[in-house]
Amino acid sequence: MTTTAVPAAPPVVRARPAGFVGDLRTVAIRALRAVPREPESIVPALIIPVFFYVVNVGALSRVSENAYGLNFKAFQLPVAIIFAVTGISRASTLVTDIQGGYFDRLCVTPVRRLALLLGLMVADIAVVIALCIPVLLLGFAYGVRFETGPLGVLMFVLMAGAWGLVFTGFPYAIALKTGNPAAVNTSFILFFPFAFLTTAFQPKQALSGWLKTVATYNPVTYLLAGLRSLISTGWDGTELLKALAAIAVVGTVSISLALAALRGRVRRG
Amino acid sequence: MTAAVITESIERRFDDTVAVDGVDLEVRAGEIYGFLGPNGAGKSTVVRMLCTLLLPSAGRALVLGHDVATQPGQVRLRIGVALQDAALDDRQTGRELLTLQARLYGLNRVEVEQRVTHVLHMVDIGDAIDRRIGTYSGGMKRRLDLAAALVHNPDVLFLDEPTTGLDPASRALVWREVRRLNEELGTTIFLTTQYLEEADELADRVGIIDRGKLVAEGAPDELKRSISDDVIVARVEGAGDEVIQALCAIDGVDQVDVHAEEITVRTTNGAAAVSPVAVTLSRDGVKVHSLTLRTPTLDDVFLELTGGHIDHDGDGEHIS
Repeated sequence: MTTTAVPAAPPVVRARPAGFVGDLRTVAIRALRAVPREPESIVPALIIPVFFYVVNVGALSRVSENAYGLNFKAFQLPVAIIFAVTGISRASTLVTDIQGGYFDRLCVTPVRRLALLLGLMVADIAVVIALCIPVLLLGFAYGVRFETGPLGVLMFVLMAGAWGLVFTGFPYAIALKTGNPAAVNTSFILFFPFAFLTTAFQPKQALSGWLKTVATYNPVTYLLAGLRSLISTGWDGTELLKALAAIAVVGTVSISLALAALRGRVRRG
Repeated sequence: MTAAVITESIERRFDDTVAVDGVDLEVRAGEIYGFLGPNGAGKSTVVRMLCTLLLPSAGRALVLGHDVATQPGQVRLRIGVALQDAALDDRQTGRELLTLQARLYGLNRVEVEQRVTHVLHMVDIGDAIDRRIGTYSGGMKRRLDLAAALVHNPDVLFLDEPTTGLDPASRALVWREVRRLNEELGTTIFLTTQYLEEADELADRVGIIDRGKLVAEGAPDELKRSISDDVIVARVEGAGDEVIQALCAIDGVDQVDVHAEEITVRTTNGAAAVSPVAVTLSRDGVKVHSLTLRTPTLDDVFLELTGGHIDHDGDGEHIS
């Protein structure tokens, strides 16, 4: 290494708060930039929903169509989308930041603490919407058509993205609370009851016993019904409102947990 | 001269543990202040309080006149921080990290470009700046960490053990940058270290902390002169109490300290005392591995004040 002359000092700059939107943008850009550099965190989320969609349609199409008169490919498309968007977050990266001290480095800047979390979530929503695309294309390739047209497709993607976003509250809450990567990985367990104890494979009238009871209280049941209505029924306000309410209820719980964990993490006392 | 950092009886407790116990400091604007102490002495806890990452449990701390407890936002705008273990993001490039850091301090695009260019010249990372940080050596990470702490042109720079774990060449480079920052930009630097030579080499004034308490403060030369003019160090085997008493009785000897197999003799005139010390050790049958005459170090100051060496677990004993 050689010694170089320091150039004349540039005009003196004065540090100042960047503003909430500026902070949010800076944190989100960093998170998005990291996504293609860690393909291992995205590739499974790309493959798993496509795999399950293909397998489920191949294995259960005929049975379901004969038994319930369903277009099973349309019936399964929202399930594949939920598989694609649930649990995708930058929580493991956040844990790495906490463990490596980079989170502290960010905390000694004037950045708004809320932007440290919401910036990651903004990046997440962009990623989950991108993950919807291959599944949707496969659905279109299977001949699935939306009764609600292109606007319905947009609504479908936005609702799926909103679900993906609110679900990230759980892994972020765990990441901020524990700073432990193993604990963050266990948040994936939440995915199973949310995704499977629902009308994922059969319509509600075909469920019975405890599964029917659990599915009745599972918000994903209503989310799936809303998404399916966009494909098969047309604009059904009741189903859509129920779906949005389900997203709101889960979001209220998960985001509250994440915000409480953030407060705990940045508390100086 | 105005004070850049003031602490008044600052304390920090973690449950029942008192990590920092009533420390009073005053760091003058434009100086390099070395905060010296062994591992676990409370150095990093003090820095974390001054950087607004921790609240003091008691007492008050001001950075550039702003209270770290009640005005953390004002403090954060004026300080730069390089925490212990370069805290970087391995997945970003050096340039991306610096740009992000500058953005968080509200700098616009033009200012970001100017400042990034400027700090890169200062810390000399070369073409590696466009490589991912994960590929950097320890020394390069430290220099990038320093650049990130400087990118918004802070008035006070906190460096928490900036050279721990670095090889001697990388350590010398960091020292050079620190000196240059202080001399050319007038940046006040608060530097914690467990390396005596680092404090000695860099600091205008040194505060010595042990078990959460400030035990001494002053210019390194003042502190060293305060204990004696010369020090004779003997590495020996088999020195009993009678030998130590005999050394104490030699003319001009102020104090004798025993630490494991090392005897430290403090004297006002080393040249005159070294011969009688050697004769006394030899006469009493002590096996002498080495006998050195030198001026006092900050470690001698620490030994005098705490009874232990700064870089070892102290089990020494003190005889005057």
